[in-house]
Amino acid sequence: MKPTDIADPDYFHKVVDCQWACPAHTPVPEYIRLIAEKRYSDAYMINWQSNVFPGILGRTCDRPCEPACRRVRIEEQPVAICRLKRVAADYKSDIKHRLPAVPKKKNGKHIALIGAGPASLTVARDLLPLGYEITLFEKDELSGGAMRTQIPRFRLPGEVLEEELHYILDMGINCRFGEEISSMKELLKEGFDAVFVGTGAPLGKHLDLPGYEEAKENIHTGIEWLASVAFEHIDRVGKQVIVLGGGNTAMDCCRTSKRLGGEDVTVVVRSGFDEMKASPWEIEDAMNEDIPIVNFHVPKQYIIEDGKLVAMEFEKVKKEYDENGRRLLIPTGEDPIVIPCDDVLCAIGQDNSFPLIERDLGIEFDKWELPILNKTTFQSTHEKVFFGGDAALGPDNIITAVAHGHDAALSIHLSCNNQDINVRPNPLTTLDSQKMGIHQWSYDNDISNDVRYIVPHAAKEQTLNDINMEVELGFDEELAFGETMRCLNCDVQTVFTDQLCIECDACVDICPTDCITFTGNAEESNLRQNMLAPAENLAQDIYVSDLLETGRIMAKNEDLCLHCGLCAERCPTSAWDMRKYLFNTAKAENACQS
Amino acid sequence: MSYISKPKFQHPNLEPNEIGLTRRDYEGTLTTLCGGCGHDSISAAIIQAAADMSLEPHRVAKISGIGCSSKIPSYFLSKAHGFNSVHGRMPSVATGANLANKELFYVGISGDGDSASIGLGQFCHIVRRRINMLYIVANNGTYGLTKGQLSATADLGSKTKSGEESLYDNIDMATLAIELGASFVARSFSGDKQQLIPLLQAGLTHKGFAFIDVVSPCVTFNNTESSTHGYKNTWENYIALSEVDFVPMRKEITTSYDAGKEKEITLHDGSVIHLHKTGTNYDPYDKENALHHINQHKKKGKIATGLLYINQSTSDLHELQDTVDKPFNRLTNHDLCPGNEVLRDINETFR
Repeated sequence: MKPTDIADPDYFHKVVDCQWACPAHTPVPEYIRLIAEKRYSDAYMINWQSNVFPGILGRTCDRPCEPACRRVRIEEQPVAICRLKRVAADYKSDIKHRLPAVPKKKNGKHIALIGAGPASLTVARDLLPLGYEITLFEKDELSGGAMRTQIPRFRLPGEVLEEELHYILDMGINCRFGEEISSMKELLKEGFDAVFVGTGAPLGKHLDLPGYEEAKENIHTGIEWLASVAFEHIDRVGKQVIVLGGGNTAMDCCRTSKRLGGEDVTVVVRSGFDEMKASPWEIEDAMNEDIPIVNFHVPKQYIIEDGKLVAMEFEKVKKEYDENGRRLLIPTGEDPIVIPCDDVLCAIGQDNSFPLIERDLGIEFDKWELPILNKTTFQSTHEKVFFGGDAALGPDNIITAVAHGHDAALSIHLSCNNQDINVRPNPLTTLDSQKMGIHQWSYDNDISNDVRYIVPHAAKEQTLNDINMEVELGFDEELAFGETMRCLNCDVQTVFTDQLCIECDACVDICPTDCITFTGNAEESNLRQNMLAPAENLAQDIYVSDLLETGRIMAKNEDLCLHCGLCAERCPTSAWDMRKYLFNTAKAENACQS
Repeated sequence: MSYISKPKFQHPNLEPNEIGLTRRDYEGTLTTLCGGCGHDSISAAIIQAAADMSLEPHRVAKISGIGCSSKIPSYFLSKAHGFNSVHGRMPSVATGANLANKELFYVGISGDGDSASIGLGQFCHIVRRRINMLYIVANNGTYGLTKGQLSATADLGSKTKSGEESLYDNIDMATLAIELGASFVARSFSGDKQQLIPLLQAGLTHKGFAFIDVVSPCVTFNNTESSTHGYKNTWENYIALSEVDFVPMRKEITTSYDAGKEKEITLHDGSVIHLHKTGTNYDPYDKENALHHINQHKKKGKIATGLLYINQSTSDLHELQDTVDKPFNRLTNHDLCPGNEVLRDINETFR
């Protein structure tokens, strides 16, 4: 193998698995250390720079970081990253003075944002401090998009939502709320320098089965129903409720139903429990509220009596695989199952829809009715029109929308400065030694063996009776500290300087997880097998040095490194050093600086 | 010295050995030796050797004297018996322990100061008395604990870190052990675990006195360009007279070698030492030849390593003394005081 190029910004970034997995690349270990120091506001600001909505995401994020956490590979549970983010938001002091200043004198460029969800607000957050004038169009009277309409208040309290929306709205946005844009053509005529479309994926799918027409009044699509609940247009539901679907919307629907008078609420899923798309913790919360989840039941018809919906009929199926390994659901042949119901909530998916965009403007769409985009710049086939969030690549999550927003804002900024938007500025990285003394580091390298801390929940008797009462209470400071100690500090990198190595084996002997090997060089596949412990996780890199004096190389398997720093502590020549790698994606504010 | 303890997390694929332990279970406390000390590699090699052999830790006794080397027993097999004795007196304690219980594996760890200076007399006698044990000298050619004076194993002309030159020829512990009748003599290097681990396993299995002289650089006081015991000099002048593989008795032999070109040594318990041809055509059964080879290499500034000498036909102290089989702690009252009748029979023999 060739010596590893650690100057490549991706190399050490990949070692910080959580940050690499985060769509917005939030520097997770950095803010976790700050939480451990009770520097909550500092931790919050790091989050705010990267993901804009720490308090909201600290409660609602899909957490792609957590399955990526290295802790999963050495024990069972990842660090509770998301819940720690919430701790930063819960315990911070007033941070308003730390928000970026917005210049009074504008730069003369005017950007339109359509839809006041996380993607658009991120664009606003990035462009306002640079002097842009922003006009934000929203069909509803209030901002927040899916964060307001799709997430029930018992998961995301109103004050948390408002606080973080207002950090951005108060920077000075022309808000045109309650105004639905019906024509992109007309909007483009208004002379905006760029238009950003962040309208989400607003169409809930409904299930057209026999009986649908007669039962229509009691069949609701999940996301529309949740939005109506959020805006208090709906405040009750029938006693018996069936929720169709196995995603997070289904979990929110069933839990909301329980709070609006639903007594027998059942979630019915076509496929198996393991295949459900909902986040495990949301499934767990629904089950804790005594909501049964019925799997392998395919809906067949709405049963009507006296012109009214009374039940649904399901066919039982089982899972089989065909010769191509494709999963099939085969009817078991058993009698159909009938579940009585007053209301049915369909949470079986959502679609994009762009009725406002005329098809002769040069904005092209693919066969799934999604805009054709450059996936780095988020520019559409119309040079002034950008997309982000669910509107760009189809339904996803808040953190992805934020990441799109940052990228689109950067593109808009480059384009308004007449620069090539395809030439992206480099990420901002630093790599600094953490050495404080012979065996002292400026990070805590003594790793906690504790298992993941359980987060306290409010009593079910109370939460089920108050739709606005938050269920998850969040870690207190003591629990949070315990949880922070579980973080392995994967951003503190083991950096090897081959010229200093005397090949004494001290690092090999001390490494608790057998990461380091001195051996003859070989092709990667062979080298992986020649390691002290074979490096079988191909997703994780091998760090390879240049030739050493004995003709061998140092090869380190990044996979299971605990970042405990013992290799560097035992190294007599400081050939190993522990260096903190900070990685921040380049945002609009980092571009066009002359 | 590290302030943290070694994390308990281990590689998830670390295979347990035949008695269900992983290598991590054979560790001791976290080392307090200087980072880069060869002695730590010796501990690591012993840990690996013991784990691979599925040794039961409670059946091992580790005994040492004084010096950096004699701290090593703390850093491996924390579940084994241990005795950190007086300077140079490890052989006496090992002899006593061995007499009291011949069923344990005895690992004596000493250094060049402990064995070649203050304890040289003790060393000579334990070799002569053929105690069944593995005696390791962690040899760095310097008194590290007292900050780097020349030791008795420092080669003629080798210099200390402060520039003082050795005016005397060194004591070669390996040739001395051969001369005095040791039945297993090897030399290795802390940096070469591939060689050291099988030698340790063979030495532990060998019945009789097994001696391994391990060049183990003192990274703090004797790792200079002008030192013959530093990493650089050892890597450059290190010659393996034989490449060693150890196959424990229980394990099936799966690797195939070019049978005509290697030597196989079967130990008393059925374990096998494989010696691979290195071009030297070295015969480890020939005492004179061994001494000759070591000296020839030494003249050229080379360090001859590997299994230098083995003799499986000698008897150990217990056989020579016809001692009791049972460990003393298991002798019953009746064993110790067999009664009047036995006394009468004994007296009868003197009439």
